[in-house]
Amino acid sequence: MSQFQEKTQITRIERLTENIVRITLDSPDIASIAKPGQFVMIRTGNGKDPLLRRPFSISQTSNSQHFQILFKVVGRGTSLLAHSREGEYLSVLGPLGNGFRINCKSRNCLVGGGMGIAPLLFLAKTMLRKCPNTPPLVVLGARNREELTSLVYDFAELGLSAHTATDDGSLGHHGLVTDVLKNLDLGTNCTSYVCGPHPMMAAVHLFCKDRNYGCQVSMETNMACGMGACLGCIVPVTKGGYGHACTDGPVFDAKELVWEVK
Amino acid sequence: MGSEITSADLRVSIGSLNLKNPVMTASGTFGYAREFEPYVNLHRLGAVVVKGISIEPRAGNPPPRIVETSCGMLNAIGLENVGVERFISEKMISLQGINVPVIVNILGDTLEEYREIAKRLADVDGISGIEVNISCPNVKKGGVAFGTVPNMAAAVTAAVKESSSVPVIVKLSPNVTDITEIACAVEEGGADAVSLINTLIGMAIDHRSRRPQLANVIGGLSGPAIKPVALRMVYQVAQAVSIPVIGVGGIETAEDILEFMLAGATAVQIGTANFVNPRASEEAVEGLAHYVAEQKLGSIREIIGGLILP
Repeated sequence: MSQFQEKTQITRIERLTENIVRITLDSPDIASIAKPGQFVMIRTGNGKDPLLRRPFSISQTSNSQHFQILFKVVGRGTSLLAHSREGEYLSVLGPLGNGFRINCKSRNCLVGGGMGIAPLLFLAKTMLRKCPNTPPLVVLGARNREELTSLVYDFAELGLSAHTATDDGSLGHHGLVTDVLKNLDLGTNCTSYVCGPHPMMAAVHLFCKDRNYGCQVSMETNMACGMGACLGCIVPVTKGGYGHACTDGPVFDAKELVWEVK
Repeated sequence: MGSEITSADLRVSIGSLNLKNPVMTASGTFGYAREFEPYVNLHRLGAVVVKGISIEPRAGNPPPRIVETSCGMLNAIGLENVGVERFISEKMISLQGINVPVIVNILGDTLEEYREIAKRLADVDGISGIEVNISCPNVKKGGVAFGTVPNMAAAVTAAVKESSSVPVIVKLSPNVTDITEIACAVEEGGADAVSLINTLIGMAIDHRSRRPQLANVIGGLSGPAIKPVALRMVYQVAQAVSIPVIGVGGIETAEDILEFMLAGATAVQIGTANFVNPRASEEAVEGLAHYVAEQKLGSIREIIGGLILP
């Protein structure tokens, strides 16, 4: 498995909303081999505080030269990253983990919530190339129109018209992505590729299980290293014990995970 | 710098174990070493200490297991490991031919478990040393009792030593009133060296949810935040015992290593820094070689215990 630790230059920083940021990094090593669903670990500063790298899924690559991450500012690490400048360098480890397994033989449905939408753009692009005859359905959810607008636009640029749901009803369906899923014609043979908040992924898993659809989920957990050493990033698995999001995932078959449904 | 690295004398000895340099990786922060091969020339390190092994496999604690704190992190992994049999049949096989001394960290709940695991490892090829964890704070009935009571610590040491043909290092807990007392006890028990410190027991709370940030409630603090405590304890223990002391705690760079060696450490282990910079250990070796050349030292050994007091 090829992995790299390198200083990568920031070529572009975009603020999509007040607290959603997209960073483009110049990294041919990582961009040329990354697969949808894989992630990178990024140092948010040079000092000892914050100490640990932060995991980010790769939201897009271009020309085997650049890759992008998309994130919401949620704490000190992401805030520092959001305030970095074009031309500066970031220390990046990657690409890490196992990505989505694309099934061209089934109907494909990408389901994203909030920042979980990030890796699905990369996945959509790759799917369109690998399975040109079966473009995926796209269902995206977020808190409100502001959060979702530019993300929906990214998919539109690929020719994919996303079905949307927002918590406040300001864009698309007023409610959950699973409400939208229930009203789509998904046929009998469908695979969902899901990334978003845990309760959303649990709900999509149940929906897929009921209909005997495939379901792949990308898990987000605390992690210190991203490479199988710290053993912090565990998720309970049905065969007993824990899987590690970094090396066994982050993408898992939903059936292999233990879901606590509230 | 290439010639400096090859010519600088960085060799140190831990009992009968001769290392090409004093830089090891700390148990639980370097997996089973192969995980770091994409980033590190493993043969450039002094030794690698692999993840702690128990008799039976352990699933470890529920999540969340780690949380970042100021200049450090808390962990409550709960000694997750594959157990000694799978360690021998899978992990040791993959470590064959690795070209760096492998030190195996062991842990147990009872004296008999420590003895049994040491026996089981005694006839396995490719093990250069045993590090005995008597100090992990995470398992409720676990090693912590051995690590805090001097005669228990001595008894575990003697039991492992009896069953081992390789040097035995005992890893000490800082969560005691007087660490020199424990260090002296394990020296009497026959330890070839001591390594210190393991993590300091700590806690983090989310005031919004009013919940602890670790599922285990408490965990072990590591990283740069604990370096001053580790330095102090290494300094005290180095004066109290005559066996080699291996310094651990918040070490990231060659400069950190020099501080520990001045305090009396013969070797060191790099831990949490591996998570942040997988190349930290190799870069530290390069830094030490540079220092020896620049200071025109005959050997890195010249600085061990060389602290100049006021």
